[in-house]
Amino acid sequence: MRPDLAVLGAGPAGATAALVAAGHGLSVVLIDENGAAGGQVWRAPAPHLDGGGEARQGGALRAALAASPVVHRARATAWMIAREGEAWRVDLVREGRAETVTARGLVIATGAHERIIPFPGWTLPGVIGLAGATVLLKANGVLPGRRSVVAGAGPLLYLVAAALLKAGGTVAAVVDLAARRDWLAALPALAARPDLLRQGLLWRARLAASAVPVLARHAIAAAEGEKRLAAVLVAPVDAKGRLRPGAAARRIEADSLAVGHGLVPETAATRLLRLPHRYDAARGGWCAVRDVSLAAPAPALWLAGEVGGIGGAAVAELEGRMAGLAAAQALGAASTPAAAALASVVVALARARRAGAAMAAMMRPREGMVDDIAPGTIICRCEDVTRAELDAAIAAGARTLDQLKQWTRCGMGPCQGRMCGEAAGALLAAAVGGRERAGQWTGRPPLRPVAADALVGDFDYADIPIPAPAPP
Amino acid sequence: MRGSGESVTITVEGAPVVVTAGLSLAAALLEAGHAVLRPSPRSGAPRGAFCLMGACQECAILVNGAVERACLVPVRAGMEVRLAGAHEG
Repeated sequence: MRPDLAVLGAGPAGATAALVAAGHGLSVVLIDENGAAGGQVWRAPAPHLDGGGEARQGGALRAALAASPVVHRARATAWMIAREGEAWRVDLVREGRAETVTARGLVIATGAHERIIPFPGWTLPGVIGLAGATVLLKANGVLPGRRSVVAGAGPLLYLVAAALLKAGGTVAAVVDLAARRDWLAALPALAARPDLLRQGLLWRARLAASAVPVLARHAIAAAEGEKRLAAVLVAPVDAKGRLRPGAAARRIEADSLAVGHGLVPETAATRLLRLPHRYDAARGGWCAVRDVSLAAPAPALWLAGEVGGIGGAAVAELEGRMAGLAAAQALGAASTPAAAALASVVVALARARRAGAAMAAMMRPREGMVDDIAPGTIICRCEDVTRAELDAAIAAGARTLDQLKQWTRCGMGPCQGRMCGEAAGALLAAAVGGRERAGQWTGRPPLRPVAADALVGDFDYADIPIPAPAPP
Repeated sequence: MRGSGESVTITVEGAPVVVTAGLSLAAALLEAGHAVLRPSPRSGAPRGAFCLMGACQECAILVNGAVERACLVPVRAGMEVRLAGAHEG
């Protein structure tokens, strides 16, 4: 396919960028792994479910896409992006077959994934991400377990706990890294978003009505179980997230634990393209760098949404609008966007980013948490690499994340460091003097694991070119 | 929140399992009581679905003989599922 614009990621940012660009006359191909557009936050509910408000926003987006000329390549796994002549080439696998999209412009809107700081037992079946719990509850209508503990940081804690109750589950406890005063301190920044505030208060009221214990300034010390989760140990922590020495842990029986410590920009694609990134802990960690119109320092390339920093769905949608307008302008669309249209998005973005930044700050892991990871705790789930193995490599001289990976296999497995990168980066940063010095994993193809036979496709031995024999 | 979902039958390790249509395979397996999806490749410890959005690869199991992320695959009637990862394929 050879459209004007390719868009990677069909969440609020990518799908909006595709719609806006197509509205101005560009031909657009939208590429995403999921079956329906909406990303994680506006994920489509299963047909038999009535989603909530976010499902309605997603529903409106999906209806607009269906009515638009945008070509939506769903269930497509993009595994390679490269500059080819004057165009961007995106290689993907869809339904077991290789496809190539070559476009004059590219929008990368790959969103974010969840960060979970490791603790003993976090690999047990029954332990899931907080965002993962929202997928089970809202998109599938399935309870993660009969009796759940909800733990970590940020507003997702209360969203998940309230959704569990609504679905008929039991919430044994909400375990919040933040103190009540931390939440109060975030209130002024939220004044710009009374809708979010009201939503948050409704969730808290639902928990109070069901007498769910909310343990402020507490964390998970360990998860226990044989074949799957049976109980969690919960203990008080200080402002840095460190377990208080000598404080007794309480044991809570549970068959499900939803835990999360904020979101991390999904930068595999921007790292693959060797684009610049900036470390900003308050915005989720390593963020791809863009200018005011979201252009990357590369030809006809825009970076929209959380790949450039965590900010929430409202920011992502506005950034999608900005990227769509900028692409239409730069690629000479049939109808050129008015300068005023871009200016109004800039103003709206500034306002939305303030509320988004306050929420991102509440979600962030606390800086002392990695200090408490025990030597035997697994950091890299794919390769079963423990903290002790990382410590040994760091003591022996590993100074960058790539060196740590080469020495220990941490980050070398199928998730490509998405689950372990934050903990490994923080452990290494303590030894080398900061996350900037520890660096990032180098981005390499494939962006996701893909089956080699899908890449090879159908061929015959007659198709293999045989070089002419050397002259005698 | 639960409506009257239609059912489909899949096979898990050779045994028929009735699941709700429209769910992801990962959600359907969890609902059917299969929290353990595969052993981890190095230690052999049990693993289950974790991120549920395609990033962590913990739910990558054998579906009709090919490795698929169960969280991204919708259940389909007749789907043959093995609770094993790429290493067992």
